[in-house]
Amino acid sequence: MNSLLDLGPEFLEATLQTLAMVSVAVFCCAVFGLLLGSWLTVTSPQGIAPARGIHQALAAFVNLSRSVPFLILIVLLLPFTRFLVGTSIGTAAAIVPLVIGGTPYAARLVEAALLDVDPGLIQAMTTMGASPVQAVWKAYLPEAVPGLIRAFTVLAITTINFSAMAGAVGGGGLGDLAIRYGYQRFRLSVLLVCCIVLILLVQLIQFGGNHLARHFDRR
Amino acid sequence: MEARSIQRNKSQTLPVELPAVDVRAVTRRFAPGAPPALDGISLQIAAGEVHGVLGLSGAGKTTLLRCIARLEIPDSGKILIAGSDWTALTPSELRRERGKMGIVFQQLHLLSSRTVAANVSLPLELNGTPRSSITSRVIELLEWFDIADKAKSYPAQLSGGQRQRVALARALATNPRVLLADEPTSALDPETRASVLNTLRSIREQFGITILIITHDLHSAAAICDRITVLDAGRIAESGPARQILDSPASEITKRLLSHDVSPQNRAPVLHSTHFEEIGQP
Repeated sequence: MNSLLDLGPEFLEATLQTLAMVSVAVFCCAVFGLLLGSWLTVTSPQGIAPARGIHQALAAFVNLSRSVPFLILIVLLLPFTRFLVGTSIGTAAAIVPLVIGGTPYAARLVEAALLDVDPGLIQAMTTMGASPVQAVWKAYLPEAVPGLIRAFTVLAITTINFSAMAGAVGGGGLGDLAIRYGYQRFRLSVLLVCCIVLILLVQLIQFGGNHLARHFDRR
Repeated sequence: MEARSIQRNKSQTLPVELPAVDVRAVTRRFAPGAPPALDGISLQIAAGEVHGVLGLSGAGKTTLLRCIARLEIPDSGKILIAGSDWTALTPSELRRERGKMGIVFQQLHLLSSRTVAANVSLPLELNGTPRSSITSRVIELLEWFDIADKAKSYPAQLSGGQRQRVALARALATNPRVLLADEPTSALDPETRASVLNTLRSIREQFGITILIITHDLHSAAAICDRITVLDAGRIAESGPARQILDSPASEITKRLLSHDVSPQNRAPVLHSTHFEEIGQP
């Protein structure tokens, strides 16, 4: 137990690193995902501004980047990361692959949430003179808020998972700590504490997400 | 501003000779070779008229409504709304013209995320009306429809009749020339049905607006329509003054509609069958 207490500052730092990585990455993924997901929905053949070419290009991009395993994506993105943040090691550098890997996933989650909005309602918007952008801004997104909150809850939890992987290649955070102390130095207790902190984090996010989604549901 | 005033003079609406809705030889077929949903329909609705389009399920009522609302483009023929050919407009031109037509959908399609007041203000926000004008117009409408006390409520907190009034207020927000109502009285209990019919009647008196009602309910249509058009298999079976159609139906289909409508018991199965013919469905 003593040895665990020695590592107190490391645990704190790792937890903060994970939180920073995940919150910045989730925020960026959410913003890009909303853009990309709305665009996918609007340009789909059943959407309000069908555009076959754009839709297929977007869908191909999303599928392509989702099919690359995350660990390989990190390696592939190394030059880009170095270009963007100046280094390929550290928390800031880990955010780059998290955002790029998470955005297509977020886009699909957003698309699914938007497709849950009653198509009749979107047609009603059209007859009221809504442009595609107005339909997204005033109907799709506000009507899908509970679904979007649930989608971003899933996104946040998945990002925590991936952040552990990014941590393992020098990004810091709880995953990094678990690997370095727990696995490489055979300290099972560190591994377990890291897991417990991650489990608590996930539970907290899921609980908060459910609560928020219910709060915003006016149906 | 006089133009936004809730009451509209008859003289302000349109030159008398121009029909508010002018459907010219419209044909719509969903699949090549299939029987057309609309087969060369021509129909003029004069400004200020209350017109009912009747027919059984599958007669083409919904397709006609969707074509007039420009949710669908006819394969051939034209539809003119207050003199402008809506079938020939570009998307951005069409968006500017949309304010001339208010629609109350069978499913109402109120936004659950918006309050009553925000639902009514929506068409005005979409066409870029200044904030201050929106606020006064919305208050005016909510008061007229007797739902001012519900301004901050959400649609889910209202009764069916109240929701219907919100949908009507929203449809009239832009001061349209034409009000389209899709089955406004179906799926309502008799009491609410009577109140909606009363509301429609007062709308026509107060706003001097052209109203087109799509329904299978001959009694509701008879209660408020000046003229009635009966559709059958994509064609017009008969069209004329409401009295005449009711008193001396010329077509088989009108007689059937009349016999269907004698008692609420007979009405129930008809109500049920139109369930599959909502406007949201292609």
